Amino acid sequence: MIKPIYGVMAEFDNPTALVNAARAAREKGYRKLDAYTPFPIEELSDALHLHKNKLPLIVLFGGILGGLTGYLLQYYVTVVYFPINIAGRPLHSWPAYIIITFELTILFAAISAVLGLLALCGLPMPYHPAFNVPRFALASRNRFFLCIEATDPLFDREQTCGFLETLEPREVSEVAH
Amino acid sequence: MADDQEVIEQPAPKEIIAPGYTFGTVTDQIATVVLTKRTPWFWFGGFAVGFGLLLLFLLAVAVLFVRGVGIWGLRTPVMWAFDITNFVWWIGIGHAGTLISAILLLLNQRWRNSINRFAEAMTLFAVACAGMFPLLHLGRPWLFYWLFPYPNTMGVQPNFRSPLVWDVFAVSTYATVSLLFWYVGLMPDLATLRDRTHSRFARFVYGIMAMGWRGSARHWSVYETASLLLAGIATPLVLSVHTVVSFDFTIAILPGWHSTFFPPYFVAGAIYSGFAMVLALAIPLRAVYGLEGLITDQHLDNSAKVMLATGLIVGYAYILEAFTAWYSGNVYEQAVMWNRMTGPYRYHYWSLVFCNIVAPNVLWFKRVRSKPALLFLSSIVVLIGMWLERFVIIVSSLAQDNLPSSWRVFEPTRWDWSTYFGTIGLFLFLFFLFIRLLPMISIFEVRTLLPQAKVGEEAQG
Repeated sequence: MIKPIYGVMAEFDNPTALVNAARAAREKGYRKLDAYTPFPIEELSDALHLHKNKLPLIVLFGGILGGLTGYLLQYYVTVVYFPINIAGRPLHSWPAYIIITFELTILFAAISAVLGLLALCGLPMPYHPAFNVPRFALASRNRFFLCIEATDPLFDREQTCGFLETLEPREVSEVAH
Repeated sequence: MADDQEVIEQPAPKEIIAPGYTFGTVTDQIATVVLTKRTPWFWFGGFAVGFGLLLLFLLAVAVLFVRGVGIWGLRTPVMWAFDITNFVWWIGIGHAGTLISAILLLLNQRWRNSINRFAEAMTLFAVACAGMFPLLHLGRPWLFYWLFPYPNTMGVQPNFRSPLVWDVFAVSTYATVSLLFWYVGLMPDLATLRDRTHSRFARFVYGIMAMGWRGSARHWSVYETASLLLAGIATPLVLSVHTVVSFDFTIAILPGWHSTFFPPYFVAGAIYSGFAMVLALAIPLRAVYGLEGLITDQHLDNSAKVMLATGLIVGYAYILEAFTAWYSGNVYEQAVMWNRMTGPYRYHYWSLVFCNIVAPNVLWFKRVRSKPALLFLSSIVVLIGMWLERFVIIVSSLAQDNLPSSWRVFEPTRWDWSTYFGTIGLFLFLFFLFIRLLPMISIFEVRTLLPQAKVGEEAQG
């Protein structure tokens, strides 16, 4: 009985080769693909159809929540909880509330951007099968990796390896679980 | 007629960093500074100075806790002097970091990629130093949490109509957002350090801090959205923080403070002093660590130009300040301005005019901008000038208020100076720890500057 694997991974020298390979794999019909690169590559996101994400929506909600929190907090404190009558001036002095409303909008939006980033990426994730490939340490230095995962319906251990070999990588390796 | 049209060829964009770098050499050069076992003597020297001054700061704070704010030279009518001066000065220095990381990102100024990391670190540490002063000036600093609205048995709440409470929110938001932005930028580089180090302990620590970042294309795509959004959020923030700081003065009705042009004037001054600090840090660092290929003369030149431009705005503000006082027809405004120029603070006033308006004009000359030693010198002059500016605005307006019988010139004590130099020590201490423990240049962003990072024509589809 052969142990199941996470997928197969090909290593490339430069971003152009990786983008070509990713595009070829998409054309071949593979969908459970991921690439690992030392810096963001816009063409790669195109090749893998990765352009939409929900982060802007999360940040928008965070910002609105922050703004409401800021305004309502000040309204509640200065009008309801701790009203101080200063020469008969209105308690609901909205111009003075603007700054803290603005600051809390920014604060909540920024925190939701970072938490949203971590949530959408599934981080923190101390263990991932990709790290089992010894040369994968170079993914954070100067090498570019393309991984076809075993969950892909077209995945076949030998055929997929053979397909990756045709893309002229430096090396193809299996990724253990 | 279409044939006659001239085709103007777009000039090829100039490479930002020196030729000859590869992804590997860039990574190694920046990571080695952190991962090497050999620490240069420069580092020990700088760290020792920082640590020594930090001890002085701790002493000054200990004495303050025991004896109270009376150890400073604060006497009626000058009830805040060095503390607020230093607060405004430090916060202003922080602004350049956010400007470089956020505004220049949105404006697609790619040269920023090799200076944004340490500029952001500078922001964080400068804000930490700034925060010390209002806290220590509280009188009972251990009750600082009374500044925040929280349910309490005293049944009282902060006054949300006060600019001092706005300041609490503005500065704490600024510190938090700067920290988050900085940390998000660090994640991919922490992963690089995790993968490059040979020490098990370092791999564990960097690994935990990198949160398992593995450079997946799916992650990068979200990451790019996140940094763009954070830059968009930080841009109005950086402009608002010094505006709120200037409200501490403009909302008061004191002559010399109560003025509508303070917000833009303060923001320009903040960026001015911030870029001076960026240059003062970048010039020695790149020389000691041999980073001239990454932080090039072009970077220094650009920073000097930003400094010159903001310096001219500040110069315009000084002229406007004097003009407004004269044109207002208000005798108190005029008297305060006249006192600044000819009164007990005249030496401070004319030195700040020299440091901030006259001296920076040498930056018009390319020959000056291309000499790091001269640039270093002029950035120190600007830092001193901006400190004097805050001092003169704050103290000269207070010392000669509306009631001549209460006039009194502020005399700083040794504890004023110790606290001020102490925070410079705190800043240096944190900064030297940072350059030893974390990559001072953003490795992954510098990789994107290399010509090899461009995807070739055939792959563009």
